[in-house]
Amino acid sequence: MRRNAKLNSHTILLLITIVLFAVLYAGGCIAYASKGFTHLQTFLNILITNAGLICVTCGLTVVMLTAGIDISVGALIAMDCMILAVGMRAGMNAVVMVLIVLVIGVLFGMFQGFLVGYLEIQPFIVTMAGMFFCRGMTAVICTEQVSITQQSSELFYKWANTKINIPFGGYINSKGKYLVPYVRPGVIVALLLLVFTFFMLRHTKLGRAFYAIGGNAQSAAMMGLNVKKVKMSAYMLSSIFCSIGAICYCLNTMAGSVSQALGLEMDAISSAVIGGTLLTGGVGNVIGSFFGVLINGTISSIVKTNGKLASSWPNILTAALLFVFIVIQSVFAMLRNRKK
Amino acid sequence: MSKRSLWSKLKGWSLFLPVVSLLLVMAVNIIHDISVGANPFSFFMITLRETTGNGTILYGRIIDILNRGSEVAILAIGMTLVVSSSAGTDISVGSVMSLCASFCCMLLAGYGVSSTSTLAVPLIVGILAGIAMGAVCGMFNGTLVAYFGIQPMVATLILFSAARAIGLLLCNDLIVYVRNGTFGIFGGYLGIIPTPVVIVAICILVIGLLLRKTALGMYVQSVGINARASRIAGLNSKRIIFLTYLICGLLAGIAGIVASSRITSADSNNIGLYFEMDAILAVALGGNSLGGGKFNLAGSIIGAYTIQAITTTLYALGVSSTQAPVFKAVIVILIVAIQAPPLQAYFKKRSAAKQVKGAA
Repeated sequence: MRRNAKLNSHTILLLITIVLFAVLYAGGCIAYASKGFTHLQTFLNILITNAGLICVTCGLTVVMLTAGIDISVGALIAMDCMILAVGMRAGMNAVVMVLIVLVIGVLFGMFQGFLVGYLEIQPFIVTMAGMFFCRGMTAVICTEQVSITQQSSELFYKWANTKINIPFGGYINSKGKYLVPYVRPGVIVALLLLVFTFFMLRHTKLGRAFYAIGGNAQSAAMMGLNVKKVKMSAYMLSSIFCSIGAICYCLNTMAGSVSQALGLEMDAISSAVIGGTLLTGGVGNVIGSFFGVLINGTISSIVKTNGKLASSWPNILTAALLFVFIVIQSVFAMLRNRKK
Repeated sequence: MSKRSLWSKLKGWSLFLPVVSLLLVMAVNIIHDISVGANPFSFFMITLRETTGNGTILYGRIIDILNRGSEVAILAIGMTLVVSSSAGTDISVGSVMSLCASFCCMLLAGYGVSSTSTLAVPLIVGILAGIAMGAVCGMFNGTLVAYFGIQPMVATLILFSAARAIGLLLCNDLIVYVRNGTFGIFGGYLGIIPTPVVIVAICILVIGLLLRKTALGMYVQSVGINARASRIAGLNSKRIIFLTYLICGLLAGIAGIVASSRITSADSNNIGLYFEMDAILAVALGGNSLGGGKFNLAGSIIGAYTIQAITTTLYALGVSSTQAPVFKAVIVILIVAIQAPPLQAYFKKRSAAKQVKGAA
């Protein structure tokens, strides 16, 4: 009975998130119908700009499920993008560079995971150092902005400019031309990763172990789970997903620079929290995180479409939403404790 | 035998870690000076120097470190209390600094004015309002952490992303310059001494007295060690946690005013950027456990200056400001890895095994 009640309060949170997204989006459609907000492409553009963030949030949700945190993700993206850009400028093959970036993600995650899992250092401190390291390393590699052009890599340029058309939802623009809605390859990668994470968390041993450790590490250990190893794999997954996200991100920006993806870790954390993932661990769902990203994306899209609002509004609105959500979460937690 | 006991006594000293790191940084400086053929003690030289703007001032690398490390030192005081009472960190201090600076400069210059030499309100009103804004932010964080039971990092995440943005909004997306000599005094010089150093001294004195002369220091530690037990013992744990966040916010406000006065403007995007990280690092370097409980204010302050010394040294060695974080990261990891419980347990086991062998 109690388990049912607990499940309910979390599904309610997820429902609130989804409803909020629907309301926000509908509001945007009504207010800015004349500016083309109703077109399918607006929604797809939100996906395209946030493809990298979706990947990162998937990884971060996994880490947060184990009651950890990973704030190195934004800096890792900057470092990965810089490596991609510099490597391709030096004439390396795009496929090789992508593989290198993924390997760096694995190694970096392994090191952070080792420090958190085996040396039992606080995740916040470890990943803060990781953030410093990556951001500084980006500057060590190159202090200037390096852009990826068609000359530096034909293949990467082709990936970035591939349009995957969607057979429905097109519209005729003011010049009378029929526009087919499209997504970029990054979106496909991000969505595949989302589905993968969803099934991994639901149906694999490792996925359930993340929930178990976040719920209560001590009982998980008594149950026979290797807590250290599972924690380490969470950070590894986060860094790998982040590296995949970095490739999606780079396909959008086509450049590497020191100040890239500044503060992205906070966007990812707030998306996951708005999506109903608790920072205390054990509770959360990657679908919720996805809607968290969409809400963030919709807010910035609305502010952009309006064109008159100051650029700081998305930050303030996201923070306000975050405030509302964590207060709701804490009220739910208080009610539950009172029942006990 | 006696030598060894002295060593273990030293290791047990609460300021062991921060002092050793500070000495290490100084050693690096001396070695560097020798290697470039300069006076090996040029690091410690303090001279009087004539400047065009500020008259005669104290000059030297130590003075520079003391001066530039002021903001982090002020933040570290508040951060120590927050870490001790709630076992969490306040990551909003950098953003709050920026907000307070923007609010203060906006009041002094008037809304939408980007540069002024005449003040719209008396200086003291602007300064106090800026600091009060810091206190309000601290209260907001404190309410969420203490009364809503939200994890400190999440609760302060809200202001981390919002405060800077609100500051930008207050300044109408402009960098507000207050070109008035009196405003620059807080980041300038008071006689021959840099004002920020004096402000740090006052902050340490006030907070130190508050902690020592009242029972607050003991209460904070007791709540940090076990909030529930403290409540049963009759302490209002929630109010004490709230108070530590309030103090932290207030100090962030003061740090914001100092930072803004230093450049006589409110640059919302850059004031206090990454300062929360430096402040947390200072607390960790000071030998404080980030898991809460006992704290050591002196350690945190030495930690703050150590960080500034590291930064200054790196610049002197020719490392650029964007590359410096790599070294900071390596230092943090080394420090916390040495302190990590599994490693400590391993060392203890090994030394115990050695003793058994020696006895046999």
